[in-house]
Amino acid sequence: MSTIATLQKGEIGYISEESLDFIPLKLLEMGCLPGAEVQLVQIAPLKDPLYICVNGSHLAIRKETASQIKILKVSL
Amino acid sequence: MSKNDIKVALIGNPNTGKTSLFNQLTGLNQKVGNYPGITVDKKEGKSKLSETQNAIITDLPGTYSINPTSIDESIVLKTLLKKDIKESPDVILVVADVENLKRNLLLFSQIKDLEIPTVLAINMVDQMSRKGISIDLSLLKEELNTEVVLISARKNEGINDVKEAIIRCHVAAKASPLCGINHQIDPDYFDKLKEISPNFSMYELWLMVTQNNYPEEISSEEKQKLLDFKKDITKLKKYQHKETIYRYQEINKILKKTYIVDKSKAKDLRSKLDRFFTHKVFGYVFFVILLLVIFQSIFDWASIPMDFIDAMFAEIADFTKDNLPEGVLTDLLTEGIIPGIGGVIIFIPQIAILFLFIAILEETGYMSRVVFLMDKIMRRFGMNGKSIIPLISGTACAIPAIMATRTISSWKERLITILVTPFTTCSARLPVYAILIALVIPDKKVFGFLNLQGLVLLALYALGFASAVLAAYILHKTLDVKSKSFFVVEMPNYKLPSIKNVFYEVVEKTKAFVFGAGKIILALSIVLWFLASNGGEKYNNAEKYVTENFVNQGLSDDEIQQKIASVKLENSYIGVLGKSIEPVIKPLGYDWKIGIALITSFAAREVFVGTLATIYSVEADDEDTTTIKQKMSSEINPETGNKRFNFPVGMSLMVFYAFAMQCMATLAIVKRETKSWKWPLIQLFGLALLAYVSSFITYQILS
Ligand SMILES: Nc1nc2c(ncn2[C@@H]2O[C@H](COP(=O)(O)OP(=O)(O)OP(=O)(O)O)[C@@H](O)[C@H]2O)c(=O)[nH]1
Ligand SMILES: [Mg+2]
Repeated sequence: MSTIATLQKGEIGYISEESLDFIPLKLLEMGCLPGAEVQLVQIAPLKDPLYICVNGSHLAIRKETASQIKILKVSL
Repeated sequence: MSKNDIKVALIGNPNTGKTSLFNQLTGLNQKVGNYPGITVDKKEGKSKLSETQNAIITDLPGTYSINPTSIDESIVLKTLLKKDIKESPDVILVVADVENLKRNLLLFSQIKDLEIPTVLAINMVDQMSRKGISIDLSLLKEELNTEVVLISARKNEGINDVKEAIIRCHVAAKASPLCGINHQIDPDYFDKLKEISPNFSMYELWLMVTQNNYPEEISSEEKQKLLDFKKDITKLKKYQHKETIYRYQEINKILKKTYIVDKSKAKDLRSKLDRFFTHKVFGYVFFVILLLVIFQSIFDWASIPMDFIDAMFAEIADFTKDNLPEGVLTDLLTEGIIPGIGGVIIFIPQIAILFLFIAILEETGYMSRVVFLMDKIMRRFGMNGKSIIPLISGTACAIPAIMATRTISSWKERLITILVTPFTTCSARLPVYAILIALVIPDKKVFGFLNLQGLVLLALYALGFASAVLAAYILHKTLDVKSKSFFVVEMPNYKLPSIKNVFYEVVEKTKAFVFGAGKIILALSIVLWFLASNGGEKYNNAEKYVTENFVNQGLSDDEIQQKIASVKLENSYIGVLGKSIEPVIKPLGYDWKIGIALITSFAAREVFVGTLATIYSVEADDEDTTTIKQKMSSEINPETGNKRFNFPVGMSLMVFYAFAMQCMATLAIVKRETKSWKWPLIQLFGLALLAYVSSFITYQILS
């Protein structure tokens, strides 16, 4: 199962529609919407938190939150 | 405030430049910085919109939506839901960042639905070409059905357009919802909600339900009906999600037509810098080197102006003494006020350098990277990555630092951060450390380039941080407070610091330091001087006593005069007071004069040096006025015949100041932010005990 937490550094995925109910409202409001493209920009030295870019917002979120957000990967 | 003044509230996402715009509109100098959560409280200012129209502008904390998750954000919701004519805003000025307009418009759409007249100011347009952004302004105005202006608060562009738009918007008093969420989600549900009260818009009622925030104007009957909506909490949550999605859909439709980004033109510095600053090795190495540089420069750069100021005050006191007629007032000036004030002024260079570094860090956007680097570590100690900001800015002053904890949404993490922030070495401790280090640590280089005194200072700062973290850990394990930890932080763009902002920050803060401490020391030095130059019977008979007892010991006139002065001081009111506490502090290596300084510095730590300066001046043999440093270093411990400020005493004092909670103002803020006396009292007594025990151990081991 792919989530934001399983992305590799620099990799891109799309937030899946089914995770809508698991995305905290605050994140949703900050642009973490189903269907949106999300890129994992950086991983903090201790593997947590994660630094992502979604819908033009650059956010640091914890792994715990990130692993609740399912994504679809597009293979290039 | 006159009745005609327009009340304008500045609302927008964090870090979009609301305070920058506020400063431009009002001419004030509120704190600006490049990370989310600089402003955590309301601030009002007056602005002249036109020849005939004034406005009261309110700057507010930033928020991503009107659904608050922390204290600073809830201030915005409270302001918006106010119905009181005197307080509710007439016009909302939404400030948006041009680079992330989509997300900024979410908040805008919510505010529009409250049906309050709204102006949208799109800020940072100076960045547009670098980012390849272009906007169709007239179409955007039409689509959003609102006044829209493009501005650059930092470059002072478009400010007049904002003023004009506010006036137009106020006159038209046009307010219509943008999205009308009800029809899209569940018309029946929302119609029922709307029927509850005719005095509020549907969206206001929806906010009351979702936010559990009921204004006074709502009747208890209405409130009961609203509470019924809370019964099905899953449905409520689901609708909130749906609402957000729907809003974004609408915004996307509008932006598609009006907002174009040409990615090929965008220059991307951020990712390169991020790769370095958040690197798993270089990231930490850079952070440590940065701290090292700061402490080195505080000592190296500041010593020249400090010595100069010190010598200058000695000259001034001398000059005053030589030129004013002898008398009580002259004594008060030369022995009380001038040395006391000198004890504050002398530290301006160091304080200013410290503030300069903090201001630069805050303006570049680096702070958020530290938050990112530190979250995991801080969490182990019961805090949050965001706690690092109070701990760093606490090196300037604990008061704004404790205010800054408002952005932490978990109460437990916030409380722990508030409780441990006073451990960080604030600028008021710097004077105490600086003078003691100069007295007891040799000025030499280690490894050829590091100044030993600077290293000791760094060690004291490290002691502060380490004890903060340790205390946090203990609190984390013992405090029985339940609250959920949640963490999302926006990483701002890197920016070159604005020289103007940095300059004002340094000037304002230094001014606050000097006047704050200056006022206290002025009052204290008068009182101290009075108590030190008056006394009971023994004081008045000092001359007789000395001449009678020492007459046959072959002392010179000078020595006799000196003897009289010290007997007088010992028997003055302050001497008697100091003597009475001496037994308690003796095991720490202090005499009664230091004891007096400890007592006065419970008001504020920085008066320590000033107090000693005053006491030693009163005692000094009148001929030569010396600098503070000379006075302290020539003070002799009569029991040993050695210097009073030797290594063990100096270390013990530094340890004492590292821990003791000697700041009334901090206690008052902790009381306000925790809403109880319990926590400040625990802090006061807990830290006093810790300070006493640690200084005791330090002194006993070293001596
Ligand atoms: N390039 C550019 N930077 C700006 C402009 N306006 C503000 N800034 C910078 O943006 C950063 C944030 O400014 P603030 O005024 O503190 O923002 P704020 O909205 O009050 O932030 P919070 O109080 O944290 O919500 C600062 O570094 C400013 O110097 C602008 O027009 N152009
Ligand atoms: Mg602000």
